[in-house]
Amino acid sequence: MSESHDNQHAHELTNVPDPAVVNDLYADPGLPEHQWRPTDVDAHAEKRAERQVATLFGLSAICTILFLVSYFAFDIGDDPDVVGGFGASNLFLGLSLAGALLFLGSGIIQWARKLMADHEIVEYRHPAASSDDDREATLAALNAGLEESGIGRRPLVRNSLLGAVGLLGLPAVVALRDLGPTPSQVEKNADYPGAGLEHTLWAKGVRVVRDVVGTPIRPGDVEIGDLFNAEPETLFNGGEDGEPLEGLALQVGKSKGAVVMIRMAPEEIIPGEGRENWSVDGIVCYSKICTHVGCPISLNERKTHHLLCPCHQSTFDLADSGRVIFGPAARALPQLPLAVDEEGYLIAQSDFTEPVGPSFWERG
Amino acid sequence: MDTTKVAKTNATTAATAKKPNRAGAVAGWADERLGLATAMKKNLRKVFPDHWSFMLGEIALWSFVVLLLTGVFLTLWFTPSMGEVQYNGSYDQLRGIHMSEAYASSLRLSFDVRGGLLMRQMHHWAAMLFVASMMVHLLRVWFTGAYRKPRELNWVIGCLLLILGTLEGFTGYSLPDDLLSGTGIRAADGFVKATPVVGSYMSFFMFGGEFPGESIIPRLYTVHVLLIPGLLLALIAAHMLLLVYHKHTQWPGPGRTEQNVVGFPMLPVYAAKAGGFFFMVFGVTALMGALFTINPVWKYGPYDPSKVTAGSQPDWYMGWPDGALRIMPGLETHIWGITISWNVMLPILILPVVMFTILLLLPFIDAWITGDKRDHHLLERPRNAPTRTALMVALMTMYGLFWIAGGNDIIAIKLHASINQITYFLRVAVFVGPVIAFVVTRRWCISLQRKDNETLLHGYETGIIMRSAEGGYSERHLPLPESRAYAIAARDRDPVIDGHPGAEVDANGVPAPTGGRLAALRHRLRTVWYADNVQKPTPAELEEGHHHAEHEHELQAPVEGHAADGHQFDGHHAVEDEHLRSH
Repeated sequence: MSESHDNQHAHELTNVPDPAVVNDLYADPGLPEHQWRPTDVDAHAEKRAERQVATLFGLSAICTILFLVSYFAFDIGDDPDVVGGFGASNLFLGLSLAGALLFLGSGIIQWARKLMADHEIVEYRHPAASSDDDREATLAALNAGLEESGIGRRPLVRNSLLGAVGLLGLPAVVALRDLGPTPSQVEKNADYPGAGLEHTLWAKGVRVVRDVVGTPIRPGDVEIGDLFNAEPETLFNGGEDGEPLEGLALQVGKSKGAVVMIRMAPEEIIPGEGRENWSVDGIVCYSKICTHVGCPISLNERKTHHLLCPCHQSTFDLADSGRVIFGPAARALPQLPLAVDEEGYLIAQSDFTEPVGPSFWERG
Repeated sequence: MDTTKVAKTNATTAATAKKPNRAGAVAGWADERLGLATAMKKNLRKVFPDHWSFMLGEIALWSFVVLLLTGVFLTLWFTPSMGEVQYNGSYDQLRGIHMSEAYASSLRLSFDVRGGLLMRQMHHWAAMLFVASMMVHLLRVWFTGAYRKPRELNWVIGCLLLILGTLEGFTGYSLPDDLLSGTGIRAADGFVKATPVVGSYMSFFMFGGEFPGESIIPRLYTVHVLLIPGLLLALIAAHMLLLVYHKHTQWPGPGRTEQNVVGFPMLPVYAAKAGGFFFMVFGVTALMGALFTINPVWKYGPYDPSKVTAGSQPDWYMGWPDGALRIMPGLETHIWGITISWNVMLPILILPVVMFTILLLLPFIDAWITGDKRDHHLLERPRNAPTRTALMVALMTMYGLFWIAGGNDIIAIKLHASINQITYFLRVAVFVGPVIAFVVTRRWCISLQRKDNETLLHGYETGIIMRSAEGGYSERHLPLPESRAYAIAARDRDPVIDGHPGAEVDANGVPAPTGGRLAALRHRLRTVWYADNVQKPTPAELEEGHHHAEHEHELQAPVEGHAADGHQFDGHHAVEDEHLRSH
């Protein structure tokens, strides 16, 4: 134990003392003497501990019964029982289950701590590695097996096997091909309007309507500073026979077609190049889908016309073509060119002129 | 009735003749068919050392069992479908609203199945506990050096468990198809689309067409209840088997060496304690499910791609990559008709992979730098491996700062601070913070090592001030108890590093590194790894220190055996009749 390893330290790179952890300062005092517990030497203490354990088990059983009672006693559903603002069923089922489990657990642990033998045992470790003999024998067996198979001697068999097995990986990948259509297949074949990464429900003449209710909007309805969450009217009349869209068509339509519309004093707007006639009386309209990873943007700062995404705090300037002024987004919000139809309602001049939502490789 | 005495077998001897009790009879029955006695002979009384920190992994194990039990309950009612239905259940505010079947069945579980809400909340709380305890367990294993040979592979398995557990959590909280989880999937769609070349194809394959499609919930469900739990089960089994095979590490102390393992036998003490602890973890989860609301999906409403709630945040363990995403500057390259979204790719697709790879390789990096090829079964105190400890604290600091970034909006609101300034600060802090943490932790550890040496050489401070006859004051130091001193001294001396690798000298007398650039790098890293570490005293130093202490004791001898001799609290002698003098 007191062997010094200083001489080994002088070597470079390979010199770590062996075996690990040598205490050259003190002799091992050995395991401390076993301390008898009160329950080991005092019959009263032992009896008391026994009673404690049994009481804990008994309490656990009572809680289990309380669980069963609670299950049938408390109403849930339309008119649930309430205790202290909690749903009574959830509260009492949970508390009684917790009691049953905690009492059971603490009973078992108390039993182990107070009544089970507490002598520490010493076990010797063995190296994780096999003995040299075993290693040799295994290596020999391995070599014999390989030798008898002839895999080393017959490269034709080996290589054709490797090739065949390797090729089997392809079906596993190819068979996943039908997980979904490609973007261009969706654009061509999908049976809902506005399909594909490059398209939305917006088109020339589609009315801008309020979300949820679907009523069209006149420029006069919008006050300066007001922010509207709006949608294409197609969501509300694009189905068969003018029915609202449903299911997949509705969700996909919303996920690309949602817009925000805001009115500001016309002189505040800095129109982008070629976007001079995209606003109507100071009303501008942008995609609501963040160009970062696609969250719907919602937090409007009324005074500054800044719009903040609640997911990752990208901030866009609605007065300046939806330019990014802060945060991780890299592209301006796509702007929807607005016009007014003959009935005086706001409509789109066309679809968005670029894909909405997060970036993708072939976006350009 | 004792049936063993009449048991007849066809074997040459009656197998159960020596086991008259009933447990023995059952064991005998099983052994004749399974031959388990040989394997169980040693394992039934296998020794497990005791320390509170060894319980952290156990919490992870038991919370996984709770997840399995509560999860099976949930599958009986949950419908993994995105088909549109009109809600007609008990929750008044949403009645008549169109929603996916997944969301409607989550509401049903919460409001119309007795115990359903409890199981949902227990499942979610247990998931939190599972991931958190795995992380803390990982830190324990690193800080004590328990990952070293021969346990490196178990570290790797543990890391895989951590990442699978995280993914399992993400797929799980995505299933109810509420507004919050739908927003998470929407963001995930953005991450996938940012993948170079194949991004939009991967997104379309994942969602079965355009986002949100009708496939993602059923697909995530299969991943959540079959694929990942299967992998988790297999890896947990491997983790436990290796633990049993290697035998548990232990802290050094009297009688506890590299060659042995000291503790309680599995049967009965350890089995009872661990089994009892399972019920404790289960019970605490039930208590949390009863008292603390988690993920109230009914408040968020069904997923609607045009809506979002303010303060949208993922579960906490997804917070750090989300934070990286938030503070990443908006960089995108548009060139040759393609788009490369660095702003999404770097923080979400590359950073987590890099961080996870580093984590996975840590034991091998450590072994490569230190060149330590020995088996280690005794744990090291964090202070005795300053660079190792500092390295993990640096990683933790980076993790923590990213995590804080994941809540930058909440912090801005609560502290009335500017979100822009918080973000700019964190952009710098995630790089500078870990460096500061590394340096501080390392110096802190080295100071603690120095303190240990002081205590070994000069004893511990009693807090008793002695006045000498000349009027000088000194504090009385007393030697540590033998067992404590032994435990502190049970550590390696670090290898001494020469000035240059290989000690080769070139024609000009300049040291020439042998083994190429890699060896030179390794040498430099090793020098840094051990630099400034304080070694435990040599036997000669200890001898001198004790000599010095004896001299001091002689000077203080007149008070020996008196009240306030400094031994009141260290058990050197009885103190029943002694009282500290009061003035």
